[in-house]
Amino acid sequence: MNFPTFKKGIHPSDYKELTNKKPVEALPLPEDVYIPVQQHIGAPAEPLVKRGEEVKTGQIIARSDQYVSGTIHASVTGKVKAVGEFLHPLGAKALMVHIRRTGKDDWELLDIPDDWKTAPLDRLNALIREAGIVGLGGAAFPTHVKLQPPAEKTVDSFILNGAECEPYLTADHRIMVERTERILTGMQIIMKILGVQNGYIGIEDNKPDAIRALRQVVREKDLGYTVMPLETKYPQGAEKMLIHSVLGRKVPTGGLPMDVGVVVNNVGTALAVAEAITEGKPLIQRVVTVTGDGIREPKNVRARIGTPFGNLIEFAGGLKDETVQVFMGGPMMGHAQYDLSVPVVKASGGIICSGEKRVQRFESYPCIQCGACVRACPMNLVPTRLAKLAEMKHLDALDAWGVVNCIECGSCAFVCPSHIPLVQWIRVGKFRLSEQKSQQAA
Amino acid sequence: MSADKQNASRKAGTDPKRKSRGKEKAAKKRGAKGKLFTPDRLFILAPSPHKYTNESVPRIMWSVVGAVIPAAAMAVVYFGWRAFWMMVACVIAALVSEALINLLKGERWTVLDGSAAITGLLLALTLPPAFSIVGGALGAVFAILIGKQVFGGLGYNIFNPALLGRAFLQASFPVAMTTWTLPHTARYAAVDAVTAATPLGQFKFEKVMTDLGPLLTGNVGGSLGETSAIAILIGGMYLLIRRYADWRIPTSFLGTVFLLGGIFWLVNPQSYPNPLFQLLSGGLLFGAFFMATDMVTSPVTTRGAWIFGIGAGVILIVIRLYGGLPEGVMYSILLMNAFTPLINRYTRPAVFGEVRA
Repeated sequence: MNFPTFKKGIHPSDYKELTNKKPVEALPLPEDVYIPVQQHIGAPAEPLVKRGEEVKTGQIIARSDQYVSGTIHASVTGKVKAVGEFLHPLGAKALMVHIRRTGKDDWELLDIPDDWKTAPLDRLNALIREAGIVGLGGAAFPTHVKLQPPAEKTVDSFILNGAECEPYLTADHRIMVERTERILTGMQIIMKILGVQNGYIGIEDNKPDAIRALRQVVREKDLGYTVMPLETKYPQGAEKMLIHSVLGRKVPTGGLPMDVGVVVNNVGTALAVAEAITEGKPLIQRVVTVTGDGIREPKNVRARIGTPFGNLIEFAGGLKDETVQVFMGGPMMGHAQYDLSVPVVKASGGIICSGEKRVQRFESYPCIQCGACVRACPMNLVPTRLAKLAEMKHLDALDAWGVVNCIECGSCAFVCPSHIPLVQWIRVGKFRLSEQKSQQAA
Repeated sequence: MSADKQNASRKAGTDPKRKSRGKEKAAKKRGAKGKLFTPDRLFILAPSPHKYTNESVPRIMWSVVGAVIPAAAMAVVYFGWRAFWMMVACVIAALVSEALINLLKGERWTVLDGSAAITGLLLALTLPPAFSIVGGALGAVFAILIGKQVFGGLGYNIFNPALLGRAFLQASFPVAMTTWTLPHTARYAAVDAVTAATPLGQFKFEKVMTDLGPLLTGNVGGSLGETSAIAILIGGMYLLIRRYADWRIPTSFLGTVFLLGGIFWLVNPQSYPNPLFQLLSGGLLFGAFFMATDMVTSPVTTRGAWIFGIGAGVILIVIRLYGGLPEGVMYSILLMNAFTPLINRYTRPAVFGEVRA
């Protein structure tokens, strides 16, 4: 069957069978958590706690007055051991709150309305902000900002993103099967806040059980949402691609989904919204797929934010002897790690461990102009040219060829037969360009 | 690889050396501060993506060699073992030239990546059957040294090296390069070598039409590999299916020749050949499938591929119908090669969501 999709893109093998039948298991509470004060796009949150202070699970430990920011909560009950710099999964060190667990798991819950259906919209959105909810698909954009589009934009449709197009990852897949009702409640709340009637759920067709489960609950509760299977193709879950696949609308260059009347949220985000609004639980845990051929027992794990990667890896049976690479996120856009003390953050969808066999080493050939990258780029760019222009520092030409539109999905580098680090060069180019622009502005 | 290039890939993190340096760094950091979950091993660091295709340049090049084999086999069938030795000589000359440059430049060994081999093989198949084997080897040396390496080697050449080698031979040995022999299967008497014009030459100078049957099988005079339309189509289809050739180029090239040739034929069927004859005679099919689709020297953009093919088709018809030569595939492709950088530059695709004024 031909399901709707976007143009171009790639078909990497997905290895999802390692974990897609495995129910989510809760990780035993860790002894120590390291909670970064910035886990979102926007202003960093300011720490509110000091060394030695006692904190409860769900207590706010950092926040910001800025609107575009995220609230940070303690994810265990314990004592603050330190507020300082620790290793972050994105590479550098970052300001984190180190909490050592003491005994019980006492929750401090949000002050929620009795019935969200009758609660004022302002209050619901304020609660979402208070709960520290950000996009759990990977970008970690604060959700409360997304749900309050400026008055001049009319939003008519909401798309729930269950594409999960990155190979290996099954966290979203599992929650769609196991927490179907909660996710749809979250979707109802989000659509109520947005005031939109048309709800769509986009899922790649490699998750038939999730499609079935969602369809059934949508029918039972008579929600009227459209569950839309999409072709399994990377990067189906990229916001702009998803909107094109589901609604056939193209977000204009430099624009946002709301410019074409759409808001998109990940299924994990919808689940977090439901838990916050109906149970008062702030976002302090998420499901992480711990997988790869380098781990003994691949698993889907629900872990508290701030839990070191090492805890999850031990829980999944530990690394195999031949394991040589660990990264956070999917293999297409994930970040390689060199130390397993880094914590799970709100944007961590997976921890993937690779054995020597899966690590591909190449020597680059010169570009042979084959055009494979051009045929793969979902944004319709010319990656080979962008990479060359970035290398030669032709920044004006780089701008003219639309480098800023690159979503860094990595499809170009994936298909390149010369194994040129195309997307890596494009990142360099984007950086050089923004550097030049900020210099000109100064 | 030049030093610059090496730096580039190192910065971007795919160079294996870089990975080991990353390891040392990580090890130092660990030494400074013991950590709870410090792994008992060194991890490989690299920027995303962490998964890549199994395609490679050598695989593409050797696949093109494979695609040419049916045409090469037909060359041996029609023109005898001499055709085989011509191919061997050209390939060896190309490989030796490539090796020589590798040694001189002290760079990575590229002899076996298939690119030099395909240049030699393609050149051999564009030569007349009776052409001197030493001359063919000389053309292959020219193709690699001047056609490819002077520009910086694989990926940097502007012109298709095999065609440039052929152009060199055409300029140097104009008579030998236009002296054709019939396949031994097409000779009537027991004569060793019969010189005869190609179907295109016969039409141009004697207004004699060749039947389409022999054009399909290849039992006609012509360059070694270009005569058998069926053999070329088999290899060409393979390239298109594997996506080692952009289908737009042969489609637009052949389509333009067919349409334009058809218009001329409809206007005046006496002085112009019918369009099917245009398609099947001479080196057009061979050029359209194996030469024009050379990745390095054809545009990367999809619109560019159409322009490239159409341009080559127009030039070819002009040369065939109005030029002094009966055939013009070589020049039509070489001329469009020269336009390729320009075409690439002016055919930037509209970015997803871009509204063009």
